[in-house]
Amino acid sequence: MPQLLAFLSDYTIQNVMIGAALLGISSGALGVFAVLRQQSLLGDTLSHATLPGVALGFMVSGSRHLGSIMFGALLSGMAAALLVLILTRRSRLKTDAALGIGLSTFFALGVVLLTRIQQSGNAAQGGLDSFLFGQAAAILRSDLWLMGALTLAALVLLGLLWKEFKLITFDPLFARSLGIPVVLLETVLTLLIALAIVIGLQMVGVVLMAAMVVAPAVAARQWSVRLERMVLLSALIGAGGGIVGALLSATGANLATGPLIVLAISAVVAFSLLLAPQRGLLRTALERRRTAAHLRGSRVLVSLQRLSAQHGDRSYRVEQGMLNAYHRQDTGAGLRELERRGLVRRAPHMPEEGTHWELSDRGHDEAERVLQGLDPGNGTANANSSGSNSASSSSGSKGVHGGG
Amino acid sequence: MVAAELLLNIPFVIIATGALVGVAASLLGAFLILRRSSMLADAISHSIVFGIVVVWLLTGQQSGPVQIAGAALTGVLTVSLIELLARTRLVKNDAAIGLVFPALFSIGVLLLNLYAQDVHIDTHTVLLGEIGFVWLDSVLLGGVEVPQALLSMAVVTLVNLVFVTLLYKELKLMSFDEGLARTLGYMPGVLFYALLTLTSTTAVAAFDAVGAILFVAFVIVPPSAAYLLTDRLWKMILYGSLISIVSSVAGYYLAVLWNVSIGGTMALTTGGFLLLALLFGPRYGLIAQELRRRGQYSANDRRALVVHLYNHEGSAGQEEENSLPALRGHLHWSSGKVERVLDQAQAGSLVAVEGEQLRLTPAGRSLAREILEPWRKTEGTSPA
Repeated sequence: MPQLLAFLSDYTIQNVMIGAALLGISSGALGVFAVLRQQSLLGDTLSHATLPGVALGFMVSGSRHLGSIMFGALLSGMAAALLVLILTRRSRLKTDAALGIGLSTFFALGVVLLTRIQQSGNAAQGGLDSFLFGQAAAILRSDLWLMGALTLAALVLLGLLWKEFKLITFDPLFARSLGIPVVLLETVLTLLIALAIVIGLQMVGVVLMAAMVVAPAVAARQWSVRLERMVLLSALIGAGGGIVGALLSATGANLATGPLIVLAISAVVAFSLLLAPQRGLLRTALERRRTAAHLRGSRVLVSLQRLSAQHGDRSYRVEQGMLNAYHRQDTGAGLRELERRGLVRRAPHMPEEGTHWELSDRGHDEAERVLQGLDPGNGTANANSSGSNSASSSSGSKGVHGGG
Repeated sequence: MVAAELLLNIPFVIIATGALVGVAASLLGAFLILRRSSMLADAISHSIVFGIVVVWLLTGQQSGPVQIAGAALTGVLTVSLIELLARTRLVKNDAAIGLVFPALFSIGVLLLNLYAQDVHIDTHTVLLGEIGFVWLDSVLLGGVEVPQALLSMAVVTLVNLVFVTLLYKELKLMSFDEGLARTLGYMPGVLFYALLTLTSTTAVAAFDAVGAILFVAFVIVPPSAAYLLTDRLWKMILYGSLISIVSSVAGYYLAVLWNVSIGGTMALTTGGFLLLALLFGPRYGLIAQELRRRGQYSANDRRALVVHLYNHEGSAGQEEENSLPALRGHLHWSSGKVERVLDQAQAGSLVAVEGEQLRLTPAGRSLAREILEPWRKTEGTSPA
């Protein structure tokens, strides 16, 4: 414990943790809107497109001054967003191509400018590399003030325009009909997402900031259907993943921060997708299995009931092998499940034969209930002709099973 | 032996490598753009880093057939993961792309950090490539020193060319009408995976030259520029390839001039061509669009004028309505507009001006009739 405390009170470690938390909060909260509006890849384009701005900010200020680099990055990110907008609105190119064009041409420009700086032999250029993959240790206390101020500004703007953002996210057409300036608000939202990307640039890097916009929001989406909670959760996940990744990077030797943060949050995403209580894959898979087993049991039950009705014998015994052949699958598990529920029971049989089953009274009631529940209209219409009734309801039950 | 000498010419080797990257990528990119899956190329070229590092750690090979095979697998892995995620319906397709490739890319970079401190595939090359040094690494082929990157790019380009030529009809159908392709049994799904696999192998072959991210520019930008220039698929592929070749040449000399990254300027030049196509494209360019719109405006004004004159022709108010002041007073046209429209209408001999009075010519009258009573059009002109 004392070592941990000493570790946590270390000046650099504190810087890194605060920086990671700020980055996670801003990109987590704003990423929710990108993901819900199905603009996840806009984040990808914006983050790659900040590179020329980073280089230009460096060139203008002549040093690794975070303020000018952030400002340049924001400008070039917005320029790329504008290019994407022009390409999708005014040319025949589709969104995917426009995003790819914005991403790759701006990145190419950034590469050209970066190599230009390297040729100039500026002593401070080494710091620039950290903007590619992120470097937590490079962060200074003064940088934190700037990041904090920008995060605060973004969050305040988000709070002020909360209702409007919510509306244009879920029902932009309705928003337009109310006379809300949708295009302006979309622009502000894009600006805020670009701002969130710029805030995290130094820690996560140009290439991977895209993931910071998408991953926390996707994870949060699995746990909540309310926008308020989703934004809150996404910010928390972003901050948590950010801190874990940044700490690993600051302690472990020579590991880039960006990839560690991205992997930490990706792990949360995987966990959420699998285990989220309502939408999680585990739960839906279990539910599907339970439903399938229940349906299989019901089908066996109905077959037993029909056989006993046709033979005019309420305790008509059926050999399991015959049920298997009839259903073209092993009915053993289904029968045992029905037995547990007291709907069927084993019947005495000759030693050389397989297990025989018969319906209990409750089983008869349950089978009636199932048949009626399948299609009430069908049951009354074909009540007279038992032959056609059995044919139609057997195909009906097959349909339900196939559908399930 | 001219060929052998050319291979010793460093600028030639660099330009040829760049051009081959561009041509190989454009061949595939055209279909990706038409299928609206350009961002899968972005995802693949990022996650390829993962594949390259893993194959290198396992086999120690930095390029060659093993790497190409590994790349194919990585591409398929990436796309399958994306589809798997999207199919759970917990994540939309775009978000699935945005989740998968950063994760794979991150693992690749971390593995590089851990195990590749002093190998030439460092994180810088991963992003930017080093086309300037492709001539350093060469293999002996039939007694001639052939640069490795040039050789593998040539092979990959050839494979892509054969693929696109042989399956041209099927690919075309897949891009424009996937439902029909499926109905006819052309298996567009399988074909699409083949296309993405080739994209991955091309990305790996191009990796040494241009790195992971600049490759995206070569896949998407030249065919997009071509898409703004033509409606024909084969022309789109051809123009895309030509743009790539010219970009490689121009990019090389610009890079030498400015003393910057060659791969970067090559990619940037393709962007320049896109901008040119966007502005000056003959049909879809912004200028052509604007001119067309203006043409339609003025045609509309002329049509309004002849209809106005026709409506009042022979009526009691003809003297007052079919006059210059009425255009200003009744149609609310500015003097400049009146002058412009009348000039154009006279040039098209639709209207004759007699002092203040305006008269329809026979051509103007038949145009007005066509507008007002389009169903009479055939009746009036048919000889019967």
